[in-house]
Amino acid sequence: MIKEICQKYAPRKDNLIQILHEIQDQDPQHYISPEAVDTVAEYLDIPVNHIYGVLTFYTMYSTKPRGKNIIRLCESPPCYIKGSDNMLRKLKVLLGINIGETTKDGLFTLEFTSCLGVCGNAPVMMINDDVYGDLTEEKVEEIIERIRGRR
Amino acid sequence: MKFYRSHILVSINETSLAAGVQEFITALRNELAKNDLAEEINILETGPLGFFGRGICLTVYPENINYEGVKIEDIPELVQEHFLKGRPVKRLMVGVTEKFSPKFNYENRIVLRNSGIIDPENIDDYIGAGGYVALEKALTNMQPNDIIAEVKKSGLKGRGGAAFPAGLKWSFTSALDVPQKYVVVNADEGEPGTFKDRLIMEGDPHQLLEGIILCARAVGASKAYIYIRGEYKLCIARLEKAIKQAYDYGILGKNIFDSGFDLDIELKIGAGAYVCGEETALIESLEGNRGTPRWKPPFPGVEGLWKAPTIVNNVETLANVPFIIAKGADEFLQYGTPDCPGTKVYTILGDVAYPGLCEVDMGTTLRTIINDYAGGMKKGFRFKAALVGGAAGVILPDRLLDVKMDFTSLNQYSAVLGSGAILVLNEHQSIVDLLWSILRFFRHESCGKCSPCKNGTQQLYQLISKIRKGNGTMEDVNLMLLIAETMQQTSFCALGQSPIMAVRSAIENFTDEFIEITKK
Repeated sequence: MIKEICQKYAPRKDNLIQILHEIQDQDPQHYISPEAVDTVAEYLDIPVNHIYGVLTFYTMYSTKPRGKNIIRLCESPPCYIKGSDNMLRKLKVLLGINIGETTKDGLFTLEFTSCLGVCGNAPVMMINDDVYGDLTEEKVEEIIERIRGRR
Repeated sequence: MKFYRSHILVSINETSLAAGVQEFITALRNELAKNDLAEEINILETGPLGFFGRGICLTVYPENINYEGVKIEDIPELVQEHFLKGRPVKRLMVGVTEKFSPKFNYENRIVLRNSGIIDPENIDDYIGAGGYVALEKALTNMQPNDIIAEVKKSGLKGRGGAAFPAGLKWSFTSALDVPQKYVVVNADEGEPGTFKDRLIMEGDPHQLLEGIILCARAVGASKAYIYIRGEYKLCIARLEKAIKQAYDYGILGKNIFDSGFDLDIELKIGAGAYVCGEETALIESLEGNRGTPRWKPPFPGVEGLWKAPTIVNNVETLANVPFIIAKGADEFLQYGTPDCPGTKVYTILGDVAYPGLCEVDMGTTLRTIINDYAGGMKKGFRFKAALVGGAAGVILPDRLLDVKMDFTSLNQYSAVLGSGAILVLNEHQSIVDLLWSILRFFRHESCGKCSPCKNGTQQLYQLISKIRKGNGTMEDVNLMLLIAETMQQTSFCALGQSPIMAVRSAIENFTDEFIEITKK
C-alpha cells in the first residue's frame, strides 16, 4: 500500500512531505511506521535519516501509533486567554491521559497545536478534520461522549 | 441567468461547518420547497460574510439583513415570517438587540470586495464580478515591465508582516535572464490570531489565482506553488477546484489567452511549522527538507527554490494585484495613506462584541477598528490592552488606541502592524499571563537552527514562568529584556528576532504589573 501511495508522485525529494501526509492519512493508526519510512527512502532514493529529520520537525507527523481520533487543542495566546487550559484539564480528566498520550481503547490521542486560524471562536480544538469552536467544559464533554457513542 | 426575488447568502467556513451548516442548508431548502418558494428564493453558499456572528450566519438580499447563530429549529419561523410575510426575525438579527450595527463596508474593500457576495466555487461568478479582466488587460495590452511599473506606482507593500514594496521585489527578479523562475505564495498562515488569508482564500480563491498569474507574467515565471497549511481543509478544497476551473477555461496552462505565456500552479500542503512562514524556511520545506531558514543574501528573488530566482509573496499581497492592474495604480492610491496606500484586512479577537474580520484603509486607528467594526468591547468589559500583530507583535495600552494602523505610523512606537491580528484584552486579564503564553509559543516554534533563538526562547519561557508563579524579581524582568535584545541582534531569522517586541512592550507599557507580581 505504501508503495502505491509513493507511485502517485514523481520520485523527487520535494514530494516527500505530500507522500508522508498521504501515508499518515491512510494509516488506521495515523502514524508513519519504520517500514513506511524505509519504503519511501528507497522510492525517493534519499537517506532514512533525512526522512526522520523531516518527520520529527513538523508537528502534524507522528512516528508513534495514535488513536482513532486525534484531538488537537490550540494552545496559542488567543485560545489561551479564552480558557483553553480549562479545556485541557477537562480533556485530561475525561480521557485519563496526558498530552501526547493515547487512551487504552485506542479511541483518542491528545495533542497540543499552535494556532488553527479559527480564533473568532476561541477556544478551539480540532478532532481529525473537524473544527470545534466556542468550547466550554460542558461542550467538550458532550463532544467526547458523542464520539464514544459512535464507535 | 435565472431571476430570484431574494437571495440568501450562507457563509460556509470553518466556523459554520463546525455548527452544522450543511444539514442546515438541506433543511432550509426543504422548508422553502414546502412553501413553494424554491423558485423565488435562491440559496447561495458563499465565503465569510464580513461579520463574524456565532455559528451559522446568513445575509438576505436585497434587504441586506444579517442573521447570526441561526439553528435548524429557527427555519420554520424564518421562512414564515421573513420570506412569506416580509417581516425580518429581529431576535436573530446581528446587532439589533444591542443597539449596534456593525459596518459592513463593502464600498471600501479591495481584497474582500467579492467575499460573501459571489459563489467562491464558481469561476463564472468571479468573472461576472469583473474577475480576470486585469489578466486579459495585462496579457493583451501590457508588457511585463508595465505590470511592474503599475505595481511600483501603487506603492503596494507586502502584507505578510515585513512590508517590503512588492513592485521593487518583482523588479529584481524580472531583470534576471535565466531559463526558470518561480512564484511561491506564502499561505502558511501561522501567526497566532491571524486568519485573514484563510478568509481571502475561502471567500474568493480566483482573485488569488489572478494575482499569481499577473505576478508570474511580470517576473517571467512559468511555475507557481501555493504553500498552504495543512489545517486549512476548506481552503485547500476550494483552491483545488478553482485551479481546475482555471485550467478548463484556458486561464492556466499553455499559451494563456493566445499570448504565448505559460503558467502552471500547484498546491503544496504544509505539515505544521510556524517557522515556515519565513520565506527561506518555506522554500526549504517546498524542497522536501526540514523547514529551517537559509542565510540571506542571496535573497530568494535572486536565488530561491532549487537555486532559481523565486518571488515569495503573501496571499493578501497578491490578492491586491488584480485590482491595481484592472483599475490602475491611481485608483489604488485613493485608499490608505501616502506612505502605505491601500487597505488592510484585520482579524479582531478577544473581548470585543463582534470578533471577526474587517478590511479598512491603512491608517485607520485602532480605536475606530475596535469600536466601528467589532462593535466595541463586549458588554460589561473595559479595554485594557491589545496584542497587535500576533505573537511577533506588540502589546498596546489604551493610551495608544489612537495610533494610526499602518506600517510607518506604528514604527514610531517601535510597534509593528505585522499580519493584522488584533487580540483585545479586558481589564481582568493579566499581561504577565499573556506574555507567558506568547513565550511558550515561541519556545515551541523555534526551529533550533541557531543558538540565540534555541536557547533564548527556552530561557525567556523559564523566566516568565518563574515570574508568573510569583517567584521572580525585577532582576529577572530586566534579564528577560537583555535576553530578548540579544536574540534580536544575533538570531538567524525573524523568529528569534521577534520576541523582543512582545517582551519590551509588555514590560514598558505595563511596568506596574511586573513590579506588583515580583514584590516579596
